[in-house]
Amino acid sequence: MLLISCPNCGSRDETEFHYGGQAHVPYPENPNDLNDREWAEYLFYRANTKGTFAERWVHSTGCRQWFNMLRDTVTYDIQAVYPMGTPRPASAAPAPESGTASLAPDSTTTGTAGPSVSATSSASTTAPKGATK
Amino acid sequence: MANTAALTGINGLRDIRRSPASHLAGAMEAGSIEGTVTLSEGPFQTMAGVRVDPRSEEGARIASVAGGLPARCGEVAGTDRVTVLWLGPQEFLVVAPEEAHDSLGGDLIGSLTAALGDAPGQVVDLSANRTTFELSGPRARAVLEKGCSLDLHPRSFTPGTALNTEVGNIPVVLLKTGDDSFRLFPRASFADYLGRWLLDAMREFASPEVP
Ligand SMILES: [Zn+2]
Repeated sequence: MLLISCPNCGSRDETEFHYGGQAHVPYPENPNDLNDREWAEYLFYRANTKGTFAERWVHSTGCRQWFNMLRDTVTYDIQAVYPMGTPRPASAAPAPESGTASLAPDSTTTGTAGPSVSATSSASTTAPKGATK
Repeated sequence: MANTAALTGINGLRDIRRSPASHLAGAMEAGSIEGTVTLSEGPFQTMAGVRVDPRSEEGARIASVAGGLPARCGEVAGTDRVTVLWLGPQEFLVVAPEEAHDSLGGDLIGSLTAALGDAPGQVVDLSANRTTFELSGPRARAVLEKGCSLDLHPRSFTPGTALNTEVGNIPVVLLKTGDDSFRLFPRASFADYLGRWLLDAMREFASPEVP
């Protein structure tokens, strides 16, 4: 069970929240200009980050407000909670490795190097955690 | 066949109205342990859902009708008869006795609607949306703690505060009305479940304590 710190209500159980997927995926400026592939990429393509990931959450059984969160997808460490509409904060210093050493070598295969997620924010293109070592 | 005489006039309708946990009234009476923990339903309160920016002019008008708007999570505002619960930064639940409803001679909904006027926001009659459980007694907190992960200790949850949370895995507004008394506002469709859940949680206190 994660203990998530809602900006309005304070620390609450994870079960009070719902997940909203990757944060900072802007709606395309001119959706009509996109071809089918670009539109599909906007709709369905998301980063599959191993490491610090910016994502949206809603406190659904509390204040029903959305917020953004920086969470490490490996350690579940919540590094930052920040309001919708604000840029992603600078990633916290790399968390000390705690028993995840075996995961590090292959973690460079993650991140947003995959299909050009052109419409998505560059915010999620920070180096995956393993690459910072 | 419905008794047509009972349907004439609002008071006739009132007689045939059933509250969401009315079928549990007997069980709640039987399951209550006087002096330890008791449960009952307080049906048919008048409730209005209000969405308004509390810092705006219309927010101030609504606040003057409702007796204030709580500023943050946990706070409760209102008057002797009206309770205003914080649901979100711009969302509030106004709770008042049944007779405050416009159809029973009151003017709560109408005056809130008038206070909002054409300004952005909304006032919705939610009187049928939730029911009210009264849980009280020295073991009331122990009952709630079986299904609520908030810190309910009096040092952090004081009388006169209310929190939006989960009890028994369902969303409720939990209002602490006194040192040993709580009011729970579940949605009507959860009333049966929550009533039975609370009764089950209370049951152990009917037996003598095992030393
Ligand atoms: Zn919240």
